Amino acid sequence: MTSQPVKSLVVPAHPHPLLAPEKNEGWGKIRKAYDNAREIIEQTDADVLVIYSTLWPSIIGHQIQAHPNPEWVLVDPDFHDLGSIPYQIRVDTELAEAWHQANQNRGLESRKVAYDGFPIDVGSVVACKLLNPDNRLPVVICSSNVYANRAETTVLAKSCLDAINSLGRKAIAVSIMSLSNRMFTTPIQPHDDHIHSAKDDEWNLKILEFLGAGRLEDVAQLSRTIHHQIRVQKVVAFKPMWWLSSMNQHRNNLTGEVLGYEPIHGAGAAVVVLDPTSSGQGDKEYDEDSIETFAGDRDVLGERKDQDSVESEDRSSHTQHPELWEPTDTHTSVNSHEAPKPVGAYPHARREGNILYLSGVGPRQPGTSQIPGGAIKDADGKAVDYDIKAQTRAVVSNIEKILHEAGASLENIVDVTTFLIDMDRDFKGYNEVWAETLGVYGPTRTTIAIKALPTPIAVEMKVVARFGDD
Amino acid sequence: MAEGQIVAGLLAPHPPHLVYAENPPQNEPTSEGGWEQLRWGYERLRKSLEDVDYDCIVILSPHWQTYVGTHFLGLERFESLSVDPIFPNLFRFKYDVSVDVELSKAIHDHAKEDGMAVKMMENPDFRIDYGTITSCHMIRPEWDKPIVSISSNRGHAYYSVEVMQEMMIQLGKATRKAILESGKKCVIVASNSLSHRHFTTESEVPEDMSVEHISSHAMHLWDMRMIELMRSGKSQQIVNEMPEFVEQAIAESDGGALTWMLSVLDMPDEPAILHGYGTIIGTGNAIMEWPSRNWRENS
Repeated sequence: MTSQPVKSLVVPAHPHPLLAPEKNEGWGKIRKAYDNAREIIEQTDADVLVIYSTLWPSIIGHQIQAHPNPEWVLVDPDFHDLGSIPYQIRVDTELAEAWHQANQNRGLESRKVAYDGFPIDVGSVVACKLLNPDNRLPVVICSSNVYANRAETTVLAKSCLDAINSLGRKAIAVSIMSLSNRMFTTPIQPHDDHIHSAKDDEWNLKILEFLGAGRLEDVAQLSRTIHHQIRVQKVVAFKPMWWLSSMNQHRNNLTGEVLGYEPIHGAGAAVVVLDPTSSGQGDKEYDEDSIETFAGDRDVLGERKDQDSVESEDRSSHTQHPELWEPTDTHTSVNSHEAPKPVGAYPHARREGNILYLSGVGPRQPGTSQIPGGAIKDADGKAVDYDIKAQTRAVVSNIEKILHEAGASLENIVDVTTFLIDMDRDFKGYNEVWAETLGVYGPTRTTIAIKALPTPIAVEMKVVARFGDD
Repeated sequence: MAEGQIVAGLLAPHPPHLVYAENPPQNEPTSEGGWEQLRWGYERLRKSLEDVDYDCIVILSPHWQTYVGTHFLGLERFESLSVDPIFPNLFRFKYDVSVDVELSKAIHDHAKEDGMAVKMMENPDFRIDYGTITSCHMIRPEWDKPIVSISSNRGHAYYSVEVMQEMMIQLGKATRKAILESGKKCVIVASNSLSHRHFTTESEVPEDMSVEHISSHAMHLWDMRMIELMRSGKSQQIVNEMPEFVEQAIAESDGGALTWMLSVLDMPDEPAILHGYGTIIGTGNAIMEWPSRNWRENS
């Protein structure tokens, strides 16, 4: 079943509500609207914020932030005199990876970015600071491709839903955008701020009337018109409503609430919350195709494979994983449905007295065999970049599941042997995660470099645990 | 005080691929080279400027985009890490840049007197855009000259290419006036590509030159036409054809740098020197020099 976001938000892009809410009544109202939105989020059981930012342009497909803890001090290129914005964001790297993979599955060019000092855009930073100030929820941030149009943006949302569903996440979808985006081109005094023109204001109010009535798809259908009427032509199209509507299955009967609408340096800034509860407004009055897979021409390099060969490659990519087995079941076996299936005839663990011996545990995910942090090689066997920290965390998580099945927990572990396929590259990251997780409980540890593991993973752990009475 | 001098005008494109391919110690990613025609073009440019005495590089880059007027770096030093938001896999560059604040402020003041919306950027946490860094590094990898960095006002996006050019011609005149009054010798840099349609995919090895080419024949024709106009000293015709060029070639000169630079050089009739042309991920890039030091007094 395809789910929808728990809530969907439209929030503005400029830093004024964060840095200078006291300087203008309207900026203060937007700040309060942001606070209201934060409280609404806190009342849900959402476990991640998924952000599509119109202020993060990309060229090579869509980019997804995959650094676990991006950190910097941001300065707005225009409003640098308002001050600096130090930030630290917690990213759901597992969802970032899953979205990236899902993009590729649906024909989209996609890549992850995980670099220290990467310049996260001002809209995303402001949204994270105001909606999620204590990093209570992890986030995933996606760029807006400068060349993308409706088809690509629609599919981008569907792959996002694929990823959310595959991991069982409950997501808040956040679209960062101005309504009318025409700012004053000269400095103004804060008290002089107003929407740039009556025409922009009227269009904004019409958009908000639709959103307040939950008619999201209607606004999406008007994207091109809105772009021509009230948008400075910085990019080729007004995309965020395409993305948000596709995230909500192109519905036109959501329950909407406009929490605030004010000018920021002439542009239309609004905070809107959309709830999937049906508002009874009825279905959409007209629509366009809801594309499932992007089939646009991206073959400019002349080296891409046709669909048949891609499918063939997909099949071959599965063959790099060994065959999966059902866990061996004896009277002392401990097997968990929550853990990945073995790659041979052995159990997840075996209990001997009060000692529990676990078979080697890797980061693969049960059911999908997906590898958090990415596989170490692609379908052609070529080495590719991966995130050792994400892999290590996934290993610990799998260990925990097996221990839980036996009625034990991480604190029962007495000894661990870790196998790394690249000690020079990975020890530091692995060691950091160890310190945050297993290291807290103090088991003995041995770390060994090996040549390869049966699946395309970089880390595996062999665990011995002791539990119960002697 | 002797009158200042504009010793050269440059068209110096800034795709980060060029720095990536050079493997300087400041850049974290490493490469096997690539884009040699352009890098050798920059080499010829550096050779041409080798014996030229100058005090400052004055640069306008379209990657410091401002919508509320034109902005100028206003602190003496900026040191940080620049990560390209589009190609972070290629460009993660530690920079340490000196700014000629005096000249920067002088240009700012002249532009303000002429009625332009301007602002000095004095926040020490500000990160310099990768376009400025790339062009400056390729022109002067020693980083021993202070710069004046000017933002790209998006007049084109707000109004039209025509309005953008009027603003840039005005800014160019203010820049020229400030430089001549300052007594300083300056190199003027327009940091932009010509045709600007990118590939939306990237080769597995980014520097794989077997897949590098112009994005379309039409883009090639436009690039060659513009280069010919530059080589034959037809600055005014470049300005006249700019609206069509921007629309049809999605030209990066929409950011105003080229028009501004030609205005600083007082719309020269003298020919520019082509040091190199090449494509980068489908875009057209020319390295051109207007050696104004050799032309006439006070140029």
